[in-house]
Amino acid sequence: MREKIEQIQKEAEEKISQIKNMQELQDLKVKFLGKKSELSNLLKTLGTISPEERPKVGSFVNEARTKIENRIQEAEEKIKAIVLSEKLEKETIDITLPATKIKRGSKHPLNRVIEEIEDLFVSMGYDVVEGPELETDEYCFERLNLPSGHPARDMQDSFYITDKYLLRTQTSSVQARTMVINEEKSPIRIITLGKTYRREDDATHSHQFNQIEGLVIDKKDTKISLADLKGTLEVFMKKMLGEKTELRFRPSYFPFTEPSYEVDVTCFKCGGKGCSLCKQTGWIELLGSGMVHPNVLKMNGYDPEKYAGFAFGTGIDRLAMFKYGITDMRYLYTNDIKFLSQFDRKDEE
Amino acid sequence: MKLSTNFVKDYVDIDVPVKELAEAMTKVGNEYDSQENLISATNLVIGKVLTCEAHPDSDHLHVCTVDIGNEVLNIVCGAPNVNAGQKVIVAKVGADLPGGVKIKKGMIRGQESNGMICALYEIGIDKKFLSEEDKNGIHILAEDAPVGEDPVNYMGLEDSVIDFELTANRGDLLSILGMAYEIGAIYDKKVKDIDLSYNEIGNDINNSFKLNISTPNCSLFLAKKVENVQIKESPEFIKNRLIASGIRPINLVVDISNYVMLECGQPLHFYDFDRLNGMLEVRQAYSQEKLTTLDENERILDENDIVISNGKDGIGLAGVMGGLSTEVEDTTKNIIIESAIFDSVMVRKTSKKILRSEASNRFEKGLDPNRTYMAINRACHLLEKYAGGTVVKGMCEYNKADLNDRIVTVTYKQINDLLGANISKEDILDVFRRLGFTYEADNEKAKVTVPRRRLDIAIPEDLIEEVSRIYGVDNIEGKLPIVPMKSGSKIKTIREIRNKMVNLGLNETLTYILINDKDVHKYTNDEFEELKLLDPMTEERNVLRYSLIPSMVKTYEYNKTHFNKDISIFEIGKGFFKKGEEYGENLKLCCLMTGNYFESLEISKPVDFYVIKGVTEEILDFLGYNGRYSFIRPKNELKEFHPGQIAEISVNNDIIGCVRKITSRYI
Repeated sequence: MREKIEQIQKEAEEKISQIKNMQELQDLKVKFLGKKSELSNLLKTLGTISPEERPKVGSFVNEARTKIENRIQEAEEKIKAIVLSEKLEKETIDITLPATKIKRGSKHPLNRVIEEIEDLFVSMGYDVVEGPELETDEYCFERLNLPSGHPARDMQDSFYITDKYLLRTQTSSVQARTMVINEEKSPIRIITLGKTYRREDDATHSHQFNQIEGLVIDKKDTKISLADLKGTLEVFMKKMLGEKTELRFRPSYFPFTEPSYEVDVTCFKCGGKGCSLCKQTGWIELLGSGMVHPNVLKMNGYDPEKYAGFAFGTGIDRLAMFKYGITDMRYLYTNDIKFLSQFDRKDEE
Repeated sequence: MKLSTNFVKDYVDIDVPVKELAEAMTKVGNEYDSQENLISATNLVIGKVLTCEAHPDSDHLHVCTVDIGNEVLNIVCGAPNVNAGQKVIVAKVGADLPGGVKIKKGMIRGQESNGMICALYEIGIDKKFLSEEDKNGIHILAEDAPVGEDPVNYMGLEDSVIDFELTANRGDLLSILGMAYEIGAIYDKKVKDIDLSYNEIGNDINNSFKLNISTPNCSLFLAKKVENVQIKESPEFIKNRLIASGIRPINLVVDISNYVMLECGQPLHFYDFDRLNGMLEVRQAYSQEKLTTLDENERILDENDIVISNGKDGIGLAGVMGGLSTEVEDTTKNIIIESAIFDSVMVRKTSKKILRSEASNRFEKGLDPNRTYMAINRACHLLEKYAGGTVVKGMCEYNKADLNDRIVTVTYKQINDLLGANISKEDILDVFRRLGFTYEADNEKAKVTVPRRRLDIAIPEDLIEEVSRIYGVDNIEGKLPIVPMKSGSKIKTIREIRNKMVNLGLNETLTYILINDKDVHKYTNDEFEELKLLDPMTEERNVLRYSLIPSMVKTYEYNKTHFNKDISIFEIGKGFFKKGEEYGENLKLCCLMTGNYFESLEISKPVDFYVIKGVTEEILDFLGYNGRYSFIRPKNELKEFHPGQIAEISVNNDIIGCVRKITSRYI
């Protein structure tokens, strides 16, 4: 009996070692372990064996069964591995073929610069606020010390739609709004950025352009001064145009500030040596600024005896042109997607 | 304002190179556009034409020999008026003439030519300033012109001109005297007196001439009479200074009125006395009143214009231009000088409507009434001196103007607090002194008497600006305002939507909000009133957009014609509307997609309704609307869109947007 069991086991192991695929393995499984297999049949004959022999034979059969089962399992693993590697081999592709195109979006360069300026001023404790683009004459001019008939209105030829409403010529209108809205007349520290409109169109001017405007108002006892304005604009310009940038304050005239200054920065093309961009002067006129005019404070509800402040503004389009080396302002508004798509990655630090 | 440096040197002693002067003026707030020599040509010499013969090979050229002092040159000249015996301007070999012309040795049709005989326009004077003879030929110098000398110096044209772009508040700098005060402050020089002397004779003018001022918009009106003036050509220095200042010389009398305007900043008007009816009236124009101005144009006026009349008809448009009927002509003998101040806002409106002139520019910026008196006396002085006129005794005078100087008090603390500086009392007072302001000062404050000419100074802050201008801003150290530690706030949602759209693969555009009125009602059934510009720059952009879709479609069309494929763009911008009497604006997100959303060798995904619906859902979910929106079929059709591929986005029963396929006919 024992020999017979060992013989079956031997035969099974031999056959298992020769199989090539899952089907053959399945057949062997049925043949050696199935209900009709020799081992199963042997177990059925246990009743004819003496009670002393019976447990021994039983355990022989089960041992053999376990061994065959293990062999089959091993064989199965082996075949699976072979099948998988054949499958993977078949699936090998040419990795040098062109990639699938993933759509890459891009942010408009002007908005990239706007976000950068926002982040800078937010880090310095400023709030970003906004105001309407379709403005009233009152907020665009009158509350900024520019009454009707004032010669300085000529500096800003405007798009009116009625005698009261116009497209704002400057973001300064938001200065007046911010002061009026602030009922407690508490200190103000804001910037505002956005579209502005003037009746001019040429290579360096677009009838639609973007400005940033800053306004700081504080109690006079904090001694808010021209020195603060200077320091603030130095940080702003160095951050945007590079640490080597120098500033030159030139007295000028704006109705909403007194004293008023135009601010020149080192020419970003030649670094101050003199070139065609800066007309050989080494300077580029970039900002308007000054100490808030007492009339502007008064007209918008702040007591000029108690409060003082500074304001500044500049065009964002020129900053963007410099930052990205854009040579013609019109590219900013043509929206050619070949141009726009270039702005799909992070800025160089 | 074009400043002739020769002219200003009459009133302030300076001796600095023109570039340096221009830079110094810029530093105190007066920007310049250009600075250059009046005559930019080099290597010029006075020559005498010895012989002049017709060129053997040409029907218009001449072959000349010209003595230039140390040698005799052979020169071929094309001017019709060249002749032997003339004194002329010669550009020698090596000379640079305006427009990049370089004079070289050469042969002209076989004849040697070693220089060029010049016309005035060839050495740098604009033709518009020249007489007919000088426009058409070489300039002939006087017989006594010294051969071999510099002709520019000889003609008194050795001048340099700075073209200033003045700020709107500095009307005082539209005068040589104003410039002299400004330059004097920079270089600490005193401004010299202007000569106002003349003799008066005869019966007082008030016995024979009357003024009638019937409008409140004239605060000061002066008139004087000068008899027997000679109408002739002006002396060279007057002509040269007018040309340098950009004004065309006409005749001595007219030139004197312009010369005085340049000096004092006060526009004058001269009338032919014999063509007036013994009076001048200033009144508002009548509606539809007609007036022919000096330039022979008939102007239609209204009640907002001020006119000068002879009691019946309008004879001048106050502050802007004189009338044709009483202008000074070659036969004029006796003149009435008008020196007056008209309301600046009213002159500005009239000149904006009718004509901008040197005079209106000055009236608009405001005038110093003291200069009104000064100018009329200066004109009398010059007419007596150069035009042989005799000044009639007395002056017709209407004066409601305030001639007093302003007094402004400022404390040293105010100055230093606002500037963030530490300027000493002495330095501050020195600035006022240099500007020609007088003051009473103690240890805390200065009570400054600001001369009437500085109309821009009224409050302490104005004086602070003067201190910062003249003392110099460079001397103030920058610092940052002290802020309690906090971080500001920004407008987050827009940035988040922008980032999301970029991440979905769309390119952000930035289009103009001004569009054409033909497009404004496209792509929408909404009824609204167009917001038209009163004064558009071009008809192409004459209305404010209501929707962003027309802008996006235009952008698509541009890209399509430039062979860009797979256009997926978005924009966050404003649309504008009118509701009742109020105007308003809405911030909108608009997205346009075409072509393939992605593509590879085997498969591609063309943009269809469902892709853009997917983008919409991404944004709505991102903003927290998930589960609260639905896409519904609209009730009405829109002709530009596919009737079967159109949906409105509904959130809590509000329609907040739409997804639509534009039919190919409309794109």
